[in-house]
Amino acid sequence: MTSVKELSKRKDIFCAGHRACSGCAPAITMRQVTLAADTNLVAGLSTGCMEVVSSIYPYTAWRSSFIHNAFENVAATISGVEAAYRVLKRKGKLSANYKFIAFGGDGGTYDIGLQSLSGAMERGHQMLYLCYDNQGYMNTGIQRSSSTPFGAATSTTPAGVKIPGKQQFQKDLTEIMVAHNLAYVAQASIGYYRDLNKKVEKALAAPGPSFINVLSCCHRGWRIDPADSLKYSKLGVDTCLWPLYEVEDGVYKLSMKPREKLPLEEWLKGQGRFNHLFKPENADMLKKFQEYVDKKWERLLWKCGEGKEKTKEAGK
Amino acid sequence: MAKRLSTKRLALTGNEAVAEAFKQVNPDVAAVFPITPQTELMHKFAEYVNDGKVDTELIAVESEHSAMSAAVGAAAGGVRAITATSANGLALMWEILYIAAGMRLPIVMALVNRSLGGPLNIHCDHGDAMGARDAGWIHIYSENTQEAYDNTLQAFRIAEHREVMLPTMITLDGFIISHTTEVLEILDDETAKSFVGEYKPLTSLLNPDQPVTMGSLALPDYYFEHKRQLVEGMYNAPRVIEQVAKEYYELTGRQYGFLENYRMEDAEAAIVVMGSAAGTTKEVVDSLRDRGVKAGMIKLRVFRPFPHEQLANALSHLNSVAVLDRCISYGAQGGPVFGEVRSAMYGKTIPVHSYIYGLGGRDLTPHMVESAYNDLFEGKSDPRMRYLGLRE
Amino acid sequence: MSKLKGWKDIPIGAIVPHGGTAFDYETGSWRSFRPVHDRDKCIDCLDCWFCCPDNAILAEEGKFKGFDMMHCKGCGICAKVCPPKVGAITMKPESDFRE
Repeated sequence: MTSVKELSKRKDIFCAGHRACSGCAPAITMRQVTLAADTNLVAGLSTGCMEVVSSIYPYTAWRSSFIHNAFENVAATISGVEAAYRVLKRKGKLSANYKFIAFGGDGGTYDIGLQSLSGAMERGHQMLYLCYDNQGYMNTGIQRSSSTPFGAATSTTPAGVKIPGKQQFQKDLTEIMVAHNLAYVAQASIGYYRDLNKKVEKALAAPGPSFINVLSCCHRGWRIDPADSLKYSKLGVDTCLWPLYEVEDGVYKLSMKPREKLPLEEWLKGQGRFNHLFKPENADMLKKFQEYVDKKWERLLWKCGEGKEKTKEAGK
Repeated sequence: MAKRLSTKRLALTGNEAVAEAFKQVNPDVAAVFPITPQTELMHKFAEYVNDGKVDTELIAVESEHSAMSAAVGAAAGGVRAITATSANGLALMWEILYIAAGMRLPIVMALVNRSLGGPLNIHCDHGDAMGARDAGWIHIYSENTQEAYDNTLQAFRIAEHREVMLPTMITLDGFIISHTTEVLEILDDETAKSFVGEYKPLTSLLNPDQPVTMGSLALPDYYFEHKRQLVEGMYNAPRVIEQVAKEYYELTGRQYGFLENYRMEDAEAAIVVMGSAAGTTKEVVDSLRDRGVKAGMIKLRVFRPFPHEQLANALSHLNSVAVLDRCISYGAQGGPVFGEVRSAMYGKTIPVHSYIYGLGGRDLTPHMVESAYNDLFEGKSDPRMRYLGLRE
Repeated sequence: MSKLKGWKDIPIGAIVPHGGTAFDYETGSWRSFRPVHDRDKCIDCLDCWFCCPDNAILAEEGKFKGFDMMHCKGCGICAKVCPPKVGAITMKPESDFRE
């Protein structure tokens, strides 16, 4: 793993002058991930915040080659570029080496881009697909995605009197990607950026397609102070809502076990989108959410070979 | 007479003829997904890939949306990219068709024309291509397998010309051409290859000396200018289409342009038609001529850019014109080709009539075509769309 | 780049033919708080450099060098990631710096 001091000697690929909100965690993700690449890079982005803020004509925040095509097809688009690369290499028309990273937000990855992602991964294109997961369609005005957590208030799941926020739990996309038998799959958080850096280096070195799902808070959508973007991305991990783990060749490995597993409330409180969960009438929602997180955490521990006997039950 | 090079005569279906042209071009990347009646085209091409007859990277994508997306990625990566589809497949690509054109990527696509549901129907009409007529692609129609082959080879030269740089679709009528075996003449591989030439991209994501951003977001301050540039590509295309046709004629003796004028010199009335229906229409023209009726026909080869001027000139001496559309533009005054033709004829007093035929693969019989000619010669005028071969 | 160009004077396909042109775009004017650095307290861990969403922290030879005020949006993440025991960065209202 390259140290931050060493990384600081590299030139940023995702450069200053992009128009992300002040304190944007996905922008930090873009920057850190591309810094780790350290090679000729073709980056692709699905339509969304990071695409919009980084490529407003005639400006581009990309010092590497960059392509945006549409919302649901970054994986297919990078498939095409990677195929072009392979054929140019095979024909001896290109001497430079390239890495390929397809970036998508959770909307472009969990939802509308899932088919394109699945297809590209199944075909085995040599690329890293990195999802910056901010748990909603933030670019279009904070609508619910299948990654939006249970109970969260969004523009399409408002905290109403009758229906208090989103009624479904998050889709577990990382597990779906594990089922693709990829060379490398990992879950990371921008709150634990050294871990993320290590995972990106591993993913780019993996012999085949790789996938990393990075919790990257949107302070607008989560309704928190911009300066706390990293704090809440980190608390997601510390409460075990978003555990850090990796799967290499089907083998699960926990990246970090919180010294003390914090109650989910530590992550929920202070996020405006969950304010209504703390009303007495919604106490059962809080309980249900905590139970869900606990069960998933136990199951993950079991998969990582760290579970207690009883968690074997949970794994079934 | 043009000089003739070594050619061979083969009996191929339309799908096989296009696959043969693709094989000779040996494109870098092909993104494929099955759909009837295009499927066999890419079966054939996949055989060439797996037998090592081409160096193409074949991406067997999981949808047509991804086929066009991958073609965009490949073309942006600075290589020659192809795909092929029909009907619903094209409809699924629709969003990306505009992006491919907006990014000025010279992708070549074979469209095997098929109707769009519902109700579901796998047979030929032009409703699929017509839905994409404003996407910024060049559209070239083929009458038979020979033309499907010839148009495919020419499409690369047109699309990739520096002053055009527009994706190009060549179309062939589903089943009627795609699945019909006809004898055609093909160039030898070397001649075909040198006619098409080596591909040199204008821009590439894979140039380490110059990283580029493609697919940027243009706000109201620049979007309009980019669209105007695309129009310029379309304006430049006719000159290039003619130049490429001229070179192709010198190689093969087969003449291509925007229109094929059939017995038009002294014609008094004519039908304008595209695709395989031209063959049937020519038969009818011959039979009418035998009976002393001065009928003519114009086959439209290039629908985008639309040859307004040439068409107006070709029709200017007639008493009346009928346009046969294999597509309905619901709620419009006539079919899409009719709309273009009448617009081309603006200011002239020659009546232009709209006929719809052949939807969902219904055969166009000589009898139907003749009835349209009869209307023209008998001066039967009707401002509404008329239908050929429809049961009331 | 400030003057808008006509359609004949821009590359086709909305391509931006050079990388990193956004660097010319000023985002510093968005700032309402300004980071202030205390050289004496700083341990040059560069976590602030690594976590700045806007690359507005300058590093040289592995050491903190300063802020890029043309791009700093004043989010305060640098002050938050600075280890609590170090506390080398504080956020001050931008109004304090106006004349």
